[in-house]
Formats: sequence, structure tokens, C-alpha cells
Amino acid sequence: MMLMRGNAACPGCPIPREIDALLEVTGQKTVLVVPASCTSVIMGDTNGMPSSVPVVHSAFAAAPAIASGIKAALNSKKEDATVVVWAGDGGTGDIGLASLSGAAERNEDIMYLCYDNEAYMNTGVQRSGLTPYGAWTTTTPEGKRERKKPIPQIVAEHGVPYVATASIAYIFDYQAKVKKAKEIQGFRYIHLLSPCPPGWRFDSSLTIRIAKLAVETGIWPLYEIEKGKFRLTSLSKTLIDKSKRKPVLEYLKLQGRFSKMTSEEVKKLQNEVDEFWEEIQKID
Amino acid sequence: MQVESKVIKGLVGNHAVAYAVKQAKPQVLAVYPITPQTTMLEKLSEYVESGELKAKMIRVESEHSALAAVYGAALAGSRVFTATASQGLLYMTEMIYWAGGQRVPIVAAVATRAIASPWSILDDHHDFVSKRDAIWIQLMAENVQEAYDLTIQAFKISEDKRVLLPVMMGFDGFILTHTLEKVELLPDNVVDAFIPPRDFNLIDFSDPLGIGQVASPEDYIYYRYEAQRSMERSREVITEVERDYEDITGRKYGLIDCYMCDDAEYIIVSMGAWSGDARVAVQKEREKGIRAGLLKVRTFRPFPKDEVKQIVGKSRGVVVFDRSVSYGSGGVLANEVKSASYGLDVPIHSVIAGLGGKDVRPLHMEKVLDDLALNQLEDERWLL
Repeated sequence: MMLMRGNAACPGCPIPREIDALLEVTGQKTVLVVPASCTSVIMGDTNGMPSSVPVVHSAFAAAPAIASGIKAALNSKKEDATVVVWAGDGGTGDIGLASLSGAAERNEDIMYLCYDNEAYMNTGVQRSGLTPYGAWTTTTPEGKRERKKPIPQIVAEHGVPYVATASIAYIFDYQAKVKKAKEIQGFRYIHLLSPCPPGWRFDSSLTIRIAKLAVETGIWPLYEIEKGKFRLTSLSKTLIDKSKRKPVLEYLKLQGRFSKMTSEEVKKLQNEVDEFWEEIQKID
Repeated sequence: MQVESKVIKGLVGNHAVAYAVKQAKPQVLAVYPITPQTTMLEKLSEYVESGELKAKMIRVESEHSALAAVYGAALAGSRVFTATASQGLLYMTEMIYWAGGQRVPIVAAVATRAIASPWSILDDHHDFVSKRDAIWIQLMAENVQEAYDLTIQAFKISEDKRVLLPVMMGFDGFILTHTLEKVELLPDNVVDAFIPPRDFNLIDFSDPLGIGQVASPEDYIYYRYEAQRSMERSREVITEVERDYEDITGRKYGLIDCYMCDDAEYIIVSMGAWSGDARVAVQKEREKGIRAGLLKVRTFRPFPKDEVKQIVGKSRGVVVFDRSVSYGSGGVLANEVKSASYGLDVPIHSVIAGLGGKDVRPLHMEKVLDDLALNQLEDERWLL
């Protein structure tokens, strides 16, 4: 176990297990760079930290640049280690996007993990660019009107050697992707959908079920883009056929944050998901 | 022992600082272009590409990332350097505080420049002085030679175990960055001996730390207390480093520099390049029979309180020339001098001048000193 239990995560929060699963693969010689996010709290305070690898806390928008510097310094000492940015969706796709893009464009030899809980959860559930259409947050009390910012695609457009999506419900798929990413030189990006019980308004016993439903409904396709080549992975490989995908409503109805969505809006979301899969079918 | 094999070259300020950086052998640089710093970045890029400087140059997408990158590299044990100015320094500000808070050795050159809006690419000191509370040592050069010398000293001061603070070396944009002056350069081996290999690393896989993690209220104030103590200790270290440097070069430095202060009745206080103009003004006043002197502040942080108070206390009147204003309060340096002179019965006047590159000449300073001696100088005068 790389991350001690009894840390400050909320009940049902997947983040500790997600970090553990990452470190199980990357090992002791890993540096985590963590911008402002839930993990800033989970990693404890000056009384002690739960991590068994070094953790460098970062200002909100700075993590990819700090990681670039750490890697450069380790290289100059000829010290081999995996430098990982571990960032939330706001730190990745909103305030941190310029720094992320800069590091991706320079093809820095770092790994970037975005744990996406689809809002500013650490500050109490405010909307981010990665909050999905229809979702309640404290700053979108009637539901978000805009769509989710497609960060994995944006990163992939930089031409980096590895981009993947992952889910805590498919942990072997996630760890296989981390393992692959670890062996690749250059900028590697993995985007984890990370269900949040208080923010998404579901019972803390349902985290994995909801993570699973996100994949089964096709809302969260599991894939990897290796050297520009797109490939569906795990269960998502079997979901090209629309009949194999569960209706998105099954995913939505377990979460209080979608409770204000009208049937029209649900239909609109279902259509968007279906269109997305049609696009995938063309590439895959 | 003084170095005998002196190399004298004509260099613009930016190239002199780049040369000093090359000799200090940092392993990691991260720089983002901004006028008037860019020719330094270009020269450093040449050094790196030609292999003269064996360092990784991270060509970041913003100043925020420039300081973030050197911060990360510094944590992991590299000697690091960055440079910026004006808007760039403001854009860096969050990371300036971040690095200061962790007391990580970093050297940053600031080619001082006015701040928008409105746009100005020309010199004043608003950028530099705005970082006075960020837990950075701040040195300010008067000429190109001093910019070269202070850059070398900055690495040694920053990495001293009694200090461990980032150091900012300010030098006036265009007035120094783009002016060709005669510079005496040290041989590489002398710089090697002057700045020993860096011994600082916080990324240890066998003893992992949480760096910058949440501090409890009990601990947070302790961090800051230690920072203040370190600043206070640095006075001695800066003095020691400058004494060692004088032994090698014969060039005398200190927290302050005094010119004709010994018997001076009227003191002009300044910081940066126009201290040269102030020297001329002081000479002219002396020719007129007015006993003027110059007090130049070289170390803005830590502020040389005792040294300033001692000089001010011997005088009959002081005027502080400021290229920066704390709006609603007064000249930034003037406020510092007044604070340091608490308890003295000496009038301290403030002159605000040279903002956004407005030309200031010895003549202007003479007029102010004349008025000071005639008791005709207002508390605050703007040279418009």
C-alpha cells in the first residue's frame, strides 16, 4: 500500500484507491506533483502525510511546469524516476490548461493524471469547464447549460505519444494504461473519471457502480491513443453497437446532480452520446 | 588574493548577466521572453545550444511556468536561473511567493520596467519593489559591472545554508540591459571556486517529503518566523560574500554604498542606475560649496535599516529619489528610509521621478539638492 488509509478523503471517494493503483505500477521512485485540489487535503498537513513517495504541492496553474523542472533536474543527476502530475479537472482543463498545453507541446517526459470529478469539489461543488451538460452545481443551480470540455482530445491534438481515458471501476484497464505510459518517453496523459459522492449527490456506497455505469452507457468511453492511433479498450470495445450500451438515463438517475434534467434534456444528452459513438466507429 | 588575469570586455547589461549565469553553471533554466530582458534569453539560448553552458533550457509558455519550472528543478537539486521584467514579474507573482515560502535557492534577474496600463516598455522600479514581501533577497545594481558581479554573488548568497532564500537581482531596463559598458570578467575557474557545487535537494525517494503541504496554524506562523530570521541572518552572509568578492576583484560592495557621506549635510538616497547621475549631482553640489552625499541602497531586502539610520542621523536633511510609488502612501524607498530613521529628528523628503522611462539627469537632482539646502523642498515632489 503506497497511500496510508485513514487519510482525509471523504467516504466513498475513489481518489486514494486511484493514487494507490497508480503507485502500485510506477513504484517507489515516483514524484507526485499536486496542484490545488481535493488531493491537496488528502495528502495531509504538517502533522504528517499518507504518501510513501515524495509529494510536491503546487499552485493551481503550475503543476506541469513544476513537473518539467523536477524531471530536468533528475535527468541532470541521471536519476531515473517517474514524475507524475496528479491534478483535478479544474487544475487541468481550466486554470491549468496553458501550463498543460505548454508541457504537452514541449513533449516533456512526464506523466499527467487528471482525476476528473467534474467540478471544483474541494471548494464545495462549483462548476468547472469539465462539468457535464445538465449537472447541478452550487454555481449552476438549475443545471449547466454548456457541454463538457473535451480535454483528452485537446491533449491528443498536441501529438503527444500517449493519451488514454480510464475508470476506477476498470482498475486492470487503468493499471495497464499506467504501465504502458510508464514505459513511454515523452508526455503521457491519462484522464480518469472520478465519481464524487457529495458533489454528484449519490450514496457513498455507489461509487464503483456509478463509475461502471458511466462506461456501460457510453458516456465515458475507455480508449487509448498511442502514437496517434486510437483504440477502444476493456468493456468499451464491445459498445460500438448501440444496443449493447445502456441508456444514459440509468447513469443519470442515480445521481442527485442530474435530478432537474427534463426528459428533453436527457434525450439531447443521449443523442450527443450516440453521435460521439458514431464518430468513434469511423475512427476505430 | 586578487585575480591577476583580468578579462575586460565591452558588454551590454543583458549579455554581462548572461555571461555571469554561464559561469555559475546552473543545470536548469526556464525563461519566457519579455522586453527588455529578451537579449539575455537569446544569449543564454546560444550558450546552451553551443554546449558552452551544459544546462537544460525549458522554453516555457509563460512567466508563471518559468518560475514554476525552476522551482521544481531547484527542489530536485539543480542550480537554477530565470529572468523577467514588468508584466512578466507580475504574472510570476504567485510562484514568486510560492518559492519564497519554501525558501528554495533560485536566482532571478529582473530587468526593471514600468507596469501597464498604460503600456510602457521603459524603466521604473514598480515591478521590482512590488515583490518586497515575497521572502526574496533583493539586490539592485547600479551599472553593468555591478549587474555581473551581483549575479555571481546571488548564487552564493542564495545557496548559503544559513540563508536558503531565492535572490532577485534588479537592474534598470534599457538603461543597463541595453547599454554597452566596460566589464571586468572573472576567469571561469575563479567563479567555480567562488561558488561551490550546490548541496540542496528535497526530493529524496528514501525519505519522501510533502513539500508545500497544508500547514496547521501552529506551523504556518513558524514557517514565516523562520523566513524572517533567515532574512536577518542573510545580512551577515551578504556582507561576508561581498567581502570575499572584494578580496578577489578589489571591488567593494556592501548593503549600502556611500559616496561623500562622511561630512555630508544633505543626503540623496537612491537605488539602481541613476545612482550614477546622483554621484555627478553630488560632485556639482560640492563644487558649489554644498556638502552633499549619496547613499545608495544596494540591498532592498533585507533592508539595511541600521546602515541607513546611521547615515541619515549624521545629516541635516535627506531626499529620497524613487522610481516607484505606493499610491496613497508615498515613494516606496522613501517610506523605507523614513521607517529606518524612526526617532531621528531629520527631515526626509521624497522625490518621485523617472516613472515609465521619463528622463532624469544630474541637473534635475542638483536642483532638488539646492532646494533641500535652501529649505525649499516640499515633503513630496514629482518631477513631471
